[in-house]
Amino acid sequence: MSTRSVVPFGPQHPVLPEPIHLDLVLEDERVVEAIPSIGFIHRGLEKLVEKKDFIEYVYVAERICGICSFMHGMGYCEAIEHTMGIEIPDRAKYLRTIWSEMSRIHSHMLWLGLLADAFGFESLFMESWRMREKILDMFEYSTGGRVIFSVNKIGGQRKDMPDDMIADFVHILEGMEKELKAMSNTFLNDYAVKSRLEGVGYLTKQQAHDLGAVGPFMRASGINLDTRKTGYAAYANLEFEPIISTVGDSYARTDIRIREIYQSIDLIRQAAAKIPSGDVAVPFKGNPTGEYLMRVEQPRGEAIYYVKGNGTKNLDRMRVRTPTFANIPGLVETLKGCQLADVPILILTIDPCISCTER
Amino acid sequence: MTDNQITPISADELLTNCQKLKNEDYHIVQICAVRTPDGYELTYSFALGYEMVNLRLTITVDEEVMSISSIFSPAFLYENEILELFGVKIQMINLDYKGNLYRIAAKTPFKD
Amino acid sequence: MHQLHGKVNLTMSILSFSKTVFHNLFSKPATRNYPQVPRIYPERTRGQIGIKIDDCIFCGICSRKCPTGAIAVVRETKNWSIKRFGCIQCGECVGVCPKKCLTMLQTYTAPNATKTVEEYIQILKPAPGEPPRQTAAAKPAAAPEQTPAQKAAAAADTSKE
Repeated sequence: MSTRSVVPFGPQHPVLPEPIHLDLVLEDERVVEAIPSIGFIHRGLEKLVEKKDFIEYVYVAERICGICSFMHGMGYCEAIEHTMGIEIPDRAKYLRTIWSEMSRIHSHMLWLGLLADAFGFESLFMESWRMREKILDMFEYSTGGRVIFSVNKIGGQRKDMPDDMIADFVHILEGMEKELKAMSNTFLNDYAVKSRLEGVGYLTKQQAHDLGAVGPFMRASGINLDTRKTGYAAYANLEFEPIISTVGDSYARTDIRIREIYQSIDLIRQAAAKIPSGDVAVPFKGNPTGEYLMRVEQPRGEAIYYVKGNGTKNLDRMRVRTPTFANIPGLVETLKGCQLADVPILILTIDPCISCTER
Repeated sequence: MTDNQITPISADELLTNCQKLKNEDYHIVQICAVRTPDGYELTYSFALGYEMVNLRLTITVDEEVMSISSIFSPAFLYENEILELFGVKIQMINLDYKGNLYRIAAKTPFKD
Repeated sequence: MHQLHGKVNLTMSILSFSKTVFHNLFSKPATRNYPQVPRIYPERTRGQIGIKIDDCIFCGICSRKCPTGAIAVVRETKNWSIKRFGCIQCGECVGVCPKKCLTMLQTYTAPNATKTVEEYIQILKPAPGEPPRQTAAAKPAAAPEQTPAQKAAAAADTSKE
């Protein structure tokens, strides 16, 4: 008869990028149950709608998270634009798509580095962050900031990317694609990495559906959904298919994120070829009334933005349902039955972004 | 897109509607609460594939609502958040943090 | 037989690893040798806000537009101040200034132990014998011999518009 003990995990842990607490119930070395506990970084950003008017709130929405910053600003702007009936110019839609896909590449590279750091492979961590520096340089070149871009505004974009800049970026990304092949070979085929990732943390398709998992976490279990197919921004004009795997373990999730990087580079190439010329913003008048639910595919999964306006300059309510918030029940399920040493890896495979979760 | 169609329901229809959606294999996506001058509006969103169904429940400040976590188990996170931030009285959540999910200093800050 | 197989394996791994060793020995580091090599910021970098205080008319639009309230404008004392650590470098003030006297500089604010507030005060010193500064709505230049008091009054009039 083995004894049960409760081990607290987090909020301070070398492997966690952001604080989350889990109470792990262990039988010897095997995790039987996990109880999540969040709230270390709650800033009450949703209450700020009462103080900042809806135009200034873009800057607050961008700062919900540092990694998914562009898409938070974009999702908020799209929700308000639908409420007020503003139609943004086509060039602005394509610019939003290009910057979103670059954000996705940067987020996945950051995640690959953190995963390598989690199992102690520091040089691989440094290698993937070295490649990520190229994307950050591209962001600084085009928007002025490496992490927070401040290019979204209601009605379009605040800055334009001239066509030669976009062509340069496509060229840099193609060079990066070659280097990425060498690095992904280590992630997917190295003996030591594979023994940590294969067969760890299974989530079946039915469990992923019932627990409401989103993003690559869900697609690794075989569910064929990607919110980009609903056709917001310029995605309706681009050709791509959701990347899925049917295995459902941590190796599959790593594989999907690496393949998504290649898919994003291809999407940027397609968008750069199709981008029309024109304005990047339209002026507008008035205040938002009514409500709208907007769905955006962030690097971590599907995020839902709900805005409700009442005709004044301050919104009634703004709510973001972030992807990590939806993945926490799935995480608790995958932890059942794993070894204690696998807990950090499993937490990282959902790509936790706790500042998004708690806003 | 039918994403934005919201169907109003009453409090006693809540569990029946949720059971019907569960039998059709929907899963829960979010529960959003808005403070209105008379009380609260709770919007429950469910999804199957790309399609989303929204149910809206309008209640007064002191009215008690049954939890749907017996039918949809991931709902506990959303209901605990609403309980803590808005002070809506939700009964019988399967994992009840009793107002300690975010552990903020002020009680129910979104209620005012 | 087993020992021969073991020796072949060892040689193969040494040979394949030596490629990595040579590559690492003879390639440049991936990082810049800062601070000997200076960092060159691209043109659009949002570092901090700079102002040409002589062109400012103290209308206060930048202060109203600022999302964080970092800018404070006092018209009577001709004082324009910015909280350096409250500014989020969004660039709204730069876009909205009617006189285009605000620019986005590429260097970042230097780190500091306290949150600094920088103030700029406009001091008008027209040279003797010259007419006051002309603005679009100003009155045409008066006669060259004006007393300093009259010049200051005329300058205050044009900045109030």
